[in-house]
Amino acid sequence: MAEKTKLFTRIKFYRIRIEPRLSEPPAWYPPLISVGALILALILGGILIKLAGGDPIRSYAHIAKASFGNIGVISDTIVKATPILMTALACSIAFRMKLWNIGAEGQFIMGAFGASAIVLTKVLPPETSRWVFIPLMMLAGMAGGAIWGFIPGYLKAKFNVNEIISSLMLNYIAVAWVNFWIFAVWTEAGFQMSPKFPLNAWLPRLTDYAQNIPALSGLTTHMGLLFGILAAVILWLVVFRSCWGYEIRLIGDNPQAARYAGVNIAKNTLLVMMLSGALAGLGGMSEVSGMVHRLQTAPIAAGYGFTGIIVAWLSKLNPLAIIFVSILFGALILAGREIQPSGVPKMIQGIILVCLIASDFLLRYRVRIVNTAEEK
Amino acid sequence: MAQPNLPNNPDPSPAQPPFVVEMRGIVKRFPGVLANDHVDFELRPGEIHALLGENGAGKSTLMNVLAGLYRQDSGVIKINGVPVTFSSPRDAINAGIGMIHQHFMLVPSQTVTENILLGLDNPRFILNLSRYDSKIAELGKQFGLEVDPRAKIWQLSVGEQQRVEILKMLYRGANVLIMDEPTAVLAPQEIEGLFSILRSMTAQGKSIIFISHKLNEITAIADRVTVLRRGKVTAAGQPARGLTRQQLANLMVGRDVIFNLEKKPVQRGEVVLDIQDVHADNDKGLPALRGVSINVCAGEIVGLAGVAGNGQRELSQVITGLRKCKQGRIYLNGETVSNRSVIFGIQRGMAYIPEDRTHVGTAPNLSVTDNVIMRKYRQSPISQYGLLNMPLAVKYANELKQAYDIIVPHVSTPVRLLSGGNLQRVILAREISGQPQFMVAVQPTRGLDVGAIEGVHRLLLAQREAGAAILLISEELEELLSLSDRIYVIYEGKIMGEVKIEPGEPDPGLIETIGLMMTGTPLEQIEQQGVRVHG
Repeated sequence: MAEKTKLFTRIKFYRIRIEPRLSEPPAWYPPLISVGALILALILGGILIKLAGGDPIRSYAHIAKASFGNIGVISDTIVKATPILMTALACSIAFRMKLWNIGAEGQFIMGAFGASAIVLTKVLPPETSRWVFIPLMMLAGMAGGAIWGFIPGYLKAKFNVNEIISSLMLNYIAVAWVNFWIFAVWTEAGFQMSPKFPLNAWLPRLTDYAQNIPALSGLTTHMGLLFGILAAVILWLVVFRSCWGYEIRLIGDNPQAARYAGVNIAKNTLLVMMLSGALAGLGGMSEVSGMVHRLQTAPIAAGYGFTGIIVAWLSKLNPLAIIFVSILFGALILAGREIQPSGVPKMIQGIILVCLIASDFLLRYRVRIVNTAEEK
Repeated sequence: MAQPNLPNNPDPSPAQPPFVVEMRGIVKRFPGVLANDHVDFELRPGEIHALLGENGAGKSTLMNVLAGLYRQDSGVIKINGVPVTFSSPRDAINAGIGMIHQHFMLVPSQTVTENILLGLDNPRFILNLSRYDSKIAELGKQFGLEVDPRAKIWQLSVGEQQRVEILKMLYRGANVLIMDEPTAVLAPQEIEGLFSILRSMTAQGKSIIFISHKLNEITAIADRVTVLRRGKVTAAGQPARGLTRQQLANLMVGRDVIFNLEKKPVQRGEVVLDIQDVHADNDKGLPALRGVSINVCAGEIVGLAGVAGNGQRELSQVITGLRKCKQGRIYLNGETVSNRSVIFGIQRGMAYIPEDRTHVGTAPNLSVTDNVIMRKYRQSPISQYGLLNMPLAVKYANELKQAYDIIVPHVSTPVRLLSGGNLQRVILAREISGQPQFMVAVQPTRGLDVGAIEGVHRLLLAQREAGAAILLISEELEELLSLSDRIYVIYEGKIMGEVKIEPGEPDPGLIETIGLMMTGTPLEQIEQQGVRVHG
């Protein structure tokens, strides 16, 4: 196949020849390429900022300051990163098995719905202890997401329905479903939102401990971060240290070999989609309970599920890497709003993504400059 | 050379060279495999030239070189007497060479005409499709390839789709057609139709290269035959008329027995694997096994001989639980294993060396460690309570690396970087280390070099001495003759007969008998005729 993938570009007597790598590049090469791609992306972004009439250096400095400048904004960055962390973990486990779950968004929303239902259906009196409220909300949130993951998983396992389409479409149903409840049933005086949750249904935040430690005052980082980090560590252990994770990796790499090893692919399709949904659902729970404190569509259906896809991919599906990449994305989103509500920051995110994904090419191919005159 | 060196005048000149295609000393090497070893090939105008050989013999590689998909490491290709260099399939098509692959490259939702025009520079934009419809219908009529140009591809039968592929090449001006196992996808009556099309094309001056490993088809259609075996030519352009199917089979599989193997006498034990009247379908839902009954005892190697595609693959899958059995039963030590899970067999000491090392036998991006635990990760001590003991798995992988001579810098290396022989050692190490009671080995030496083959043979014999029952499925007759204690021959999903192999040089009559069974003559019939011949 070497001949087939060879591309020719002629520049007078020199031409660039691109050939597939036959051996593994050295260990230092992949990280170097990633850093190079990031720098290139920032340069390209800088050029565009310049063209738009801005000062690239000052803009970047501003972004850095707005997201990491002081403890307050660092906390805000983390709050932004928390839901992304959860959805990225959700995507990573499905993608590991080459199940393209595009429905983390919907699963996140259904998780938020499930958790809210515990509060809003008033099955528990508002003065119930935190110790009862929060675990129940977590369970309900994970169940909501898992059900939303189960549907495309079942369709895939049973009828081989393309999970990309089914999970994507379920996102829209999830939004409509939540809208129905907040417009019709749980509406707060006719507004499109539910009433605020009782305090005991809030996840503890750092600022809640300001009475004892004044330095924490105003910091909204909530316990969801802890869930996320814990989930990432557990997920890493599951993927790389458990039999189930081994089966998932085997199916992802070579389904035929997995069948030969006796792995039940249909069962794993179902389980992995449900786990993926449950992780996204936990993210939804942590967002309503830790941040929004009420069920409301706009702040929940904010595209975390889609950002999660990008983050999972950039982290090469490694759960531990996801922790750091999602913080980076949290910073980009937060700081982006500082400079401009939309537009340039989104564009920089896009450029970073394209550069990083394109740089993968250099891991698989080698670029050589050949003198055609010499060849003849 | 970016530009191919094409003959200036593609029309046959008055002084026509004797060959349309001439390939001299073609060498093509892949990592770890010498696919073509100084192969010569000649194609005369207006002939059907069969290219025969087992899977992996190098026929597809040779034709991919001719079709511009690969470039040869050395050797010359001449088209109409003029040396050429192809750097892409487009160059080959421009020189009049079109390849029709086994898997059709058609767009199901488009019409025949659209598919044929797809990818052409002229016309770049199709404004008047009906004009081309009639043009294509006309071309079809000329060669007996009748297809409705307005039909969508998905509406056509496989045979009709194949005609579209042929038309596509003819429309591009192909003068030489390479057909890669064209009958593999066809029903018997469609094969007859294809043959008459091929004859009508050669009558009009086209030349055809017909790749196959089905002997009866070659004697039916080909003018001349070139046989490849392990990358080398064993018969160059011999007239097909003078050859019997059996001679072809011998040229293809070889019969030089490997004598340097020491096969110790082993006391045959109890029946371990018992297959009774098994029926099963292939992937296309057609019957592949029609009442197979064989058995394998402890301490013996039983060979299953046969030309590729006669049900060997399906049989190995039915035994190992990868394929459903429609009728009949398979017993392992008296316990039914047919239509149970793969794990069921693994837990009862069944080892399996699959035919396809890279696509079935291993997970290419996972490490050597992950690959060696593939069939025992559920068992203690590799895992406990669902958790893998990675340090132990790594230690185990290192032990196997030592014991089986797997050449790899580190067991964390992904196996896709291993050579064919090393990869096979990984699989063998994995399957053998569990002390299997029964093992199915399918083509365990295909594509390996001589040294690696010997290593595999020794490992199989060692297992036999350790008392394992081994079913060896191979297309290499020499391998079967030198390793097996008994050989069954399969043809079109039925067992043609069983022969015992005595130690020492096999008698030529035996080889002849096996050859006849491989081409579809049952043993009883051979014995009856044999009595007549010798008496």
